[in-house]
Amino acid sequence: MLNLTPDLFLIQFLNGLAYGLLLFLLAAGLSIIFGMMDVMNLAHGSFYMLGAYVGLSALRATENFWLSLLVAPLVVGVVGFAVERLLLRPLAGRGHLDQVLLTFGLALVAADFVRAVPGWGAEVRAFPPPPELAASLALGSLQYPLYRLFVIGMGLGLALALALLIGRTRVGAIVRAGVADAQMVGGLGINISRVFSIVFAVGAALAAFGGVMTAPIVSLKPGMDAETLIAALIVVVVGGLGTLRGAFWGSLLIGEADNFGRALLPDYALFSIYVIMAAVLLLRPTGLFGRKT
Amino acid sequence: MNDQNLQVNRRQFLKGLAALASTASVAALLDACAPAATSAPAAPTVIKPSIPFKIGSILPYTKVYAALGESITNAMTLYFESVNFTAGGRKIEWIKEDEENDAQISLRKLTKLIEQDKVDLFTGVVSTAVVYALRDPLHEAKMPTVISNAGGNLLTRKGEKGAAKGRFSPYIFRASFSSFQISSPLGEWVAKNVSKKVLVCASNYGFGTESSADFKSTFVPAGGTIVGNDVLPPLGTTDFSAFLPQIAAAKPEAVYSFFSGSDALNYVKQFDQFGLSKDTKIVGAGFLTETDVLPGQGKSALGAYTSLHWSTTLDNPANKKFLADYAKRFPGKDVDVFAMQGYDAARVIVEALNAVQGDTSNQSKFLDAIRAVTFDSPRGKFSFDPKTQNAINTIYFRQVKESGGQYESSGKYENAILGKTDKPILDPENM
Repeated sequence: MLNLTPDLFLIQFLNGLAYGLLLFLLAAGLSIIFGMMDVMNLAHGSFYMLGAYVGLSALRATENFWLSLLVAPLVVGVVGFAVERLLLRPLAGRGHLDQVLLTFGLALVAADFVRAVPGWGAEVRAFPPPPELAASLALGSLQYPLYRLFVIGMGLGLALALALLIGRTRVGAIVRAGVADAQMVGGLGINISRVFSIVFAVGAALAAFGGVMTAPIVSLKPGMDAETLIAALIVVVVGGLGTLRGAFWGSLLIGEADNFGRALLPDYALFSIYVIMAAVLLLRPTGLFGRKT
Repeated sequence: MNDQNLQVNRRQFLKGLAALASTASVAALLDACAPAATSAPAAPTVIKPSIPFKIGSILPYTKVYAALGESITNAMTLYFESVNFTAGGRKIEWIKEDEENDAQISLRKLTKLIEQDKVDLFTGVVSTAVVYALRDPLHEAKMPTVISNAGGNLLTRKGEKGAAKGRFSPYIFRASFSSFQISSPLGEWVAKNVSKKVLVCASNYGFGTESSADFKSTFVPAGGTIVGNDVLPPLGTTDFSAFLPQIAAAKPEAVYSFFSGSDALNYVKQFDQFGLSKDTKIVGAGFLTETDVLPGQGKSALGAYTSLHWSTTLDNPANKKFLADYAKRFPGKDVDVFAMQGYDAARVIVEALNAVQGDTSNQSKFLDAIRAVTFDSPRGKFSFDPKTQNAINTIYFRQVKESGGQYESSGKYENAILGKTDKPILDPENM
């Protein structure tokens, strides 16, 4: 059992925050896509993984982390746009099982695709952090990696930007209205199908951004998509569907619970987030920020 | 947001999740219904040299150890090709199955290899948990077996100690190593040459805890002290940030670290990112910095001390030939210790078949031939300890240094050899 000094507590808290904010990048897209389009996208983890691998190729080509952080979300955003237009659209109005089968199938295809691409493959691939952030910083008596502080700052900044976009702009108002009743929004003369495509593409791009941001912390390997998708799905259940606030606070809660679970009770580490999910489902079945009926 | 709408959404969402879970469990059920092991092994038939010799292998091609399975398979292919897939006048046929890092799945595939394919010899197995599960069916089928990785100590030991029971079988040979052979020489060496204040951080599964116990068993008697509580992250941890601050807080001089594959890559990188490498040395079993992860670890691995029964930098003619042939046959693939073990396992099979001139009808003669195999391996002289049927290994003490360019594809870093054990290490016969 760990003796939690203030220094250790601070570091563990920062770890949880960094992990939680990375989860938020996935959960936000997953939650809004479901809220608006009624699509449970099990290929969302694949966008995250593709983002990381596209980022790796971009990094190899340019040797510039910042360029790959820009290129990967763009590429994956285009892929997301195409997936929505060509594959999901024909299934609109069909049951969830059809969508689950389609997106699950896409996830399997993506996993094999990553294995087949030369230079990606089955081996673990390292992804170095940008040299200017490779150092570590003294926090009390312990050291903390600068890159993780950058992840925290970037995550908070993006969360704020997304909140402003959804809460304060006309585009955001359309998205919120679409979550409430997409058909009605269409009836008001707004091209809702275009909004769907854009939301889906932005969700995919955000996941890819998360993939590149995570890559310097953990290395890339096939299977990274499923691990993260499950955590993001739990966040969505805990936070409540279709709300950005729910995705944000749910991510932080799951991030901290996972990290403190590992640090304090390593034998039960993989258990802590499921306990939270079960508790939330029992006590607030609509999630922490989902509205009660 | 419309409240009622949300409620329905949520229910549908959960239904979708349930649907997903049930598809997964149906698949598992179908898997479980596959033909089960019931009938007795086929009676041995008289084999004429003209009949192909069938080898069955179980090696991981998916999940955490996929890269290891690929290395072993490549190197076996390389060796078999060098003898035109022929030994003792018989053609070698090779049937491959995926280990999937799962004992139940592997058991089913072993049954298929024995019952349906009627293989003459079994080889492979990366995971110790899987090899323990396969041991009884292999023993009962009297199947000649050459293990090419799984290093759990119990596999080649006899007798009992507490709850642990030796699993020795006269049909099972191990051409790789045991965890005792690798980690016990390191304990004494670290106490003498690196530090006497060491903390243990190991993957929390059988092979990790066994290896750290073997390390401690010689480190403490040699005057070393174990600092703090052992830190035991689960197997398959990608982010070690919850564990590294605990190491820092205990302020050891060195950390015995047992990780392999992607765990090793992330652990060593993050160890450096958390500023630990400034004052704390890494020591560990050689898988920690093997060629499969070293290029990715890069300079964060610099200075790490490890022990292993081989290194790319080992200077002998067999190793040079192996490295050159492998690089030519599999361009762009890094050769690692797992490949070396696959190469040797294939050679053991070929040499034994040659010795009996392809006649495996007398099984005890064939097993004697395997027991007597000896040759110049990339690791040095190869032979089995006849008592345990485990390979005899000289252990090399290595340190990650910048590469002198001897071996190109391992990148800018290599495991330079600092020393070796005075004599080859035999795994103890009894528990």
